[in-house]
Amino acid sequence: MPPDASISQSGALDVAVLVSVGRHPLTARPRRADQDARAVELALGLAGTKMRLIHAGQHDADSDAALSGYLGMGVGEIALIEQEPGADVTVALIEALRAAPPQLLLAGSRAETGEGSGLLPYLLAETLGWPIVTGLAAIETVEAGTASVLQALPRGQRRRLRIRLPAVLCVDPAAPAPRQSAFGPARRGELTLEAQPSVADTAWAGWDVQPARPRPRRLKLVKAASARDRFKAAAAKAQGGGGRVLDEATPEQGAEAIFKLLKDEGVLR
Amino acid sequence: MSEIVRRDPRREWIMRNRLHPEHLEVLAESGGGSSPCEWPGPNGLMRRDPHAVGFIGPHGLRRIDRSGAQQAHAATSPGRPAEPAATRHHVEIESPAFLVAVAPDLPGGRLSSHDRDVLGLARQLADADPDNPGAVLAVVFGDHRESGFGEAGVDRLLHLSGDGFEGYAPEARLAALVAVEREFAPRHWLLPESTLGGGELGRRLAVRLGERPATHLWKIEASTEVAGGWLATLRGAAERVDIHRALPRLALALAECAEPVSEACHAARSVTLDQPLPERLTRIEDGGAVAVDPAGVALAEAEFILAGGNGVGDWDDFHRTAQALGASEGASRVAVDDGFMPRHRQVGASGTWVTARVYVAVGISGAIQHLQGIQRCETVIAINSDPGCEMVKRADLAVIGDAGEILAALVELTERTRHQPEENRDAA
Repeated sequence: MPPDASISQSGALDVAVLVSVGRHPLTARPRRADQDARAVELALGLAGTKMRLIHAGQHDADSDAALSGYLGMGVGEIALIEQEPGADVTVALIEALRAAPPQLLLAGSRAETGEGSGLLPYLLAETLGWPIVTGLAAIETVEAGTASVLQALPRGQRRRLRIRLPAVLCVDPAAPAPRQSAFGPARRGELTLEAQPSVADTAWAGWDVQPARPRPRRLKLVKAASARDRFKAAAAKAQGGGGRVLDEATPEQGAEAIFKLLKDEGVLR
Repeated sequence: MSEIVRRDPRREWIMRNRLHPEHLEVLAESGGGSSPCEWPGPNGLMRRDPHAVGFIGPHGLRRIDRSGAQQAHAATSPGRPAEPAATRHHVEIESPAFLVAVAPDLPGGRLSSHDRDVLGLARQLADADPDNPGAVLAVVFGDHRESGFGEAGVDRLLHLSGDGFEGYAPEARLAALVAVEREFAPRHWLLPESTLGGGELGRRLAVRLGERPATHLWKIEASTEVAGGWLATLRGAAERVDIHRALPRLALALAECAEPVSEACHAARSVTLDQPLPERLTRIEDGGAVAVDPAGVALAEAEFILAGGNGVGDWDDFHRTAQALGASEGASRVAVDDGFMPRHRQVGASGTWVTARVYVAVGISGAIQHLQGIQRCETVIAINSDPGCEMVKRADLAVIGDAGEILAALVELTERTRHQPEENRDAA
């Protein structure tokens, strides 16, 4: 831990957000990555913080267009660690984070370009020795070296977790939607270039990457002894109609039937 | 049922003797009831009378039913033993050449279909060489309610229980997996690619082991051209590209990556770790589930939806019901167009495709666009005044009547039962 950590703890909370170049799912144009933009939104919502955005990658027209999407959210500047195409950005990011360690490091859970393995936050957390939490939906409070966060569970449920800082948090698509990117702030924002040696990702260069083929849909296999049973199963309608219809029931009887079904399904709490 | 064929010489004699007065009845009995065209002969051979095939139709013509209905009937007749039900053959791998470790998610304490697919993939890796079969080791955390590990293809079962693994405990689970790695040294690690289960644990394990995992794996093929003998196909770049690479030691597999085991039953012999797990200081503390306001849950992932349409008279009443039941609110297009509900609450083809487990449609007649939107709902309840509408046909339970009265009765019933336990407690 650096000597000035206590100072920054007493002062503003230091939050770093890792942002990447996204790609629109339909038009394939460069844009701000959705989950990274949600991470920026979460960080902007934290009061009394010192926020910085870090991007490691190329400095060209595509990345400028995407990064201006983040600048347009009201972020003054983005630290751009310039890397060559096909570089493994993990090494450069670790160096940059070691030089100025934040207390909270926010990132999306999966990139929209490249391998998209979602491994980078874990690599950073393991190398820096910080705890990591995935599926972040909201940050409730940060105080006394502990952050209380909400994790998104399936079906819109939430779980409260308390993590010791410094920590890495991966943002879930269930986090609040990012604010719109405005043109003026995007023009005024600045990219500050940082130099780090880039390390080529040799494994990635050796892999065969092709446009995605549609995955074959699994056929419903029917194990039946006779051809007749197989035919019946294949020709059967997906929905067997015939629900219960309560005609000419009093409202009380109808309500009771509905209540009983809801109770059986276990949705009433 | 016993396999011995019981012979009745007298019946056989009657069947042979066409002039016997009981000949036809006995034939009909032995032939499966419907038509006396086939019967077991005295030597165990099936005898067939081609003239007796079929039946005489209403116009006096002979009809032959080739759909198999007669056959199917015959198969269940008491005279002949039914075909033995498809049984799984037992597989016991005593000394495996290698291990394939799998850490299933077990949502709700049971193997999910995703877990079964991943176990099927593990079997594919383990059984590739029939001379040197590998064994599938399943690492299971916490209490579970699954009894069919063998049917899913598990040879060795390592069950790690303890308070440390309950709730959200990725660090304790990671420490356990590292201990498994040290003790069993499996050749492959396979985990389901799920957001909060195997996907997270697998990535933690990968960085701990210093392995570059295959993430979002959806296919493996045996190939002699790549190192390791397996070519893996992964989805990368937010579903836009396919990456082909040699299968690494650790892989995170998507659902439907392989067929689940369906024909064999494996031993699922339980194994234990020799070394006790080290006590760890956890840096992530699980504060438990948080009560969520159902109105704030996104419609697409809500579990229980109360949707209103044109037939809702009093919308305040509708909102009160949704609050009392704890349901998320939805609406049909008409209700949204008329301004009773916001656009983001619209269910159907031009709104949200919902996945609720229980969907209550109040005063919605069921336009085809709306029914498309609720295709994936399991249970649908309709409250409608028109018994002939499409929603009533789709619903598992339909109540015909005035929506306002039924909702009022439902609210009253819910509140009464909610207060009842407290009264009982007071009385006791």
